[in-house]
Amino acid sequence: MVGFLLLIIAIAPAVAVLGCLAVPSRAVAERLNLTSSFLVFAAAVALAVLSSNGPYLFWGDYIIVDRPGAWVTLCTALVYLLASIYSVGYMRLLEGEESRLRYFYALFSGFALTVLVSTVMNNAGLYWIAIELTTLVSTFLVGFERAAESVEAAWKYIIIVSAGISLALLGTVLFYWSGSFALGPVYDMTWATLQQTAPKMNPALVSLAFLLVLIGYGTKVGLAPMHTWLPDAHSESPAPVSAMLSGALLNGAMLGIVRYLAVADAASIGSFSRSVLVALGVVSLLVGALFIVRQDGIKRLMAYSSVEHMGVIAIGFGFGGIFGVAGALYHMLNHSLNKSLMFFGAGNAMRAFGTKEIAGIRDVWGRYPVQGTLWLAGAVAITGAPPFGLFLSELIILRGGVEAHYGWAVGAMLVLLIVIFVGFLNHFREMYFEPPEPAEGQLPALSNWCVAPMWLALAPLLLLGLWWPSSMWHHFSAIAHTLAGGSP
Amino acid sequence: MLVAHLDPLAASIFSLMAIASLLLAFVMLGSRWLNNYLYAFAAESWVIAILSATVGFYGGYPELYLIAILTALFRGLFLPYLLWRIVKRLNVTREIHVILQPSSSLVAGAFCVIFSLTVGYKVGQSIGLAKTVAVLALTVMLSMKLIGFLMLSVRHEALSQILGLLVLENGVFLGAQILVPGMPVLIEIVILFDLLIVVACFGVLIQYLLAHAGTTSSLELRRLVG
Repeated sequence: MVGFLLLIIAIAPAVAVLGCLAVPSRAVAERLNLTSSFLVFAAAVALAVLSSNGPYLFWGDYIIVDRPGAWVTLCTALVYLLASIYSVGYMRLLEGEESRLRYFYALFSGFALTVLVSTVMNNAGLYWIAIELTTLVSTFLVGFERAAESVEAAWKYIIIVSAGISLALLGTVLFYWSGSFALGPVYDMTWATLQQTAPKMNPALVSLAFLLVLIGYGTKVGLAPMHTWLPDAHSESPAPVSAMLSGALLNGAMLGIVRYLAVADAASIGSFSRSVLVALGVVSLLVGALFIVRQDGIKRLMAYSSVEHMGVIAIGFGFGGIFGVAGALYHMLNHSLNKSLMFFGAGNAMRAFGTKEIAGIRDVWGRYPVQGTLWLAGAVAITGAPPFGLFLSELIILRGGVEAHYGWAVGAMLVLLIVIFVGFLNHFREMYFEPPEPAEGQLPALSNWCVAPMWLALAPLLLLGLWWPSSMWHHFSAIAHTLAGGSP
Repeated sequence: MLVAHLDPLAASIFSLMAIASLLLAFVMLGSRWLNNYLYAFAAESWVIAILSATVGFYGGYPELYLIAILTALFRGLFLPYLLWRIVKRLNVTREIHVILQPSSSLVAGAFCVIFSLTVGYKVGQSIGLAKTVAVLALTVMLSMKLIGFLMLSVRHEALSQILGLLVLENGVFLGAQILVPGMPVLIEIVILFDLLIVVACFGVLIQYLLAHAGTTSSLELRRLVG
């Protein structure tokens, strides 16, 4: 059963890629991509449920379905579904791109496929390759609009991320080397093997290797100060791609850090590695806060909010313990939902008002009551205000920090979250309540394709904030237990 | 563990190769002609290919011969050829505005090597391999990383940046051959192909850059800030 679901997750996007390339028709490409994203989502939900009986291994241990991996698969599939629905409406708004749209959908499914594949890789080396492939595919999505800005963003993206990820390769090699002292020169570098061998590894070598891996994958996650590619890429790519980059890709790379963190724990350098991760998280929050307060571009605002949220997730995993891990995993899901919602709203506003500048977007509520309300609710949610899911997850992470005796980090996180709350909502106050410039003509109406996914993202966000199913809590505590080195 | 008990001849050959490729990295750092970078990179790749073959011979890993052939073909011939075609098409033969003079970059590179040596020696000491070729391998691996990053930050022609990235990866490749020759071949082969895709992507992107941003120098890419 699990194998069958995995096949669906791998084959549906692959078929979509080939179909989009083979049939020169926009309508066919749209449908293929939608169908594939729906199938993948259904399979990912089932996979996340079934993963609690796992882990399941396939193909000679190269592929693993375990709880943390399946959770990230679910988040990825969710964003893929929402973004696919949204892109039907959004991409039609681009002028003069009709003939190239099928390439967009081919790349889009391909991007989803690479992220999905990375979440089930059981071999540290293959995981690295999957992450590298996500970069290569998404570069062309970032530069898809071919404006000078998009191409600049794509170039910065591929250069910075490839350079960063090559550090992760060095770290991977050093991890393999430190394992080879105990296991001999040839062995399969699975996560479980690494974790079991870790107590025999040399602490100095493992520390070096962990730092390299953290900086490497941290570049991909967008942790400050390696985040510099992120605002450019997120702001210049088409809105559905921004949502995928933010909600799916960043989580996929975070999974690698989490798995290596478990290895570092087992090698008993846990307190060192956790402190570094927490420190990077706090720096990301700081950078996010500073740039959110003084931001002019609407999508760059969302991008810095991604940096902030990745910081929160990093802090959660850094705190560790049941609360830290559960809060961080929960935050991943909330981030995926909420950031999709925000990027969809930003894309709509950009198309409707014809500008990327916050200063050009005025009186959103008056002009677009429905989508304006959804977007504003999303903005309240993303700053961590109740009654939405992010309030709960951030609260749990803070509690985890208190339990793990990271007083300074908890204090810094609280202050910065408040700064971000004020700064972020101030921009929305301007966009919603400041009087509009006179003599603007009739603004275009937005299609249902552009608004429906916003409903689909907001509803679960509200539900998860009000009600936390107890099975989810069991799931999270089991993941925390596995990551701490216990058997599931 | 291969590096722990290596016969002296093999150890000297490995050291020679490692130092030769480090020197070639310095050649790239000290020159401002794009063609020189290319030749130095090709030569470096050949050195690494020869190293793979020697490691395969002394360590008894026949699959490394395959890696050696693939390295020589892809990294030593095909990649430089692709890049050479890009140079031809772009009509850029050298870095025009230099951020750091070649001589100063050489000095900065020397500091990178000293730093790497310190780190390599400390790590080597803590695992009890301080007197073996492992320290040299670590040093060369780390210093080629740092030199690659140095090239990325002081060079701004699109092509030099690609070469900077390739130097980053060359460093890992070289170190991996000496330290972990048994690392599964599958991964190494995939990484070779991966690199090929990277360069193909870069080729396309450079076309984009030229057509839509009007330049291939990263100094001119300053639309997105803040």
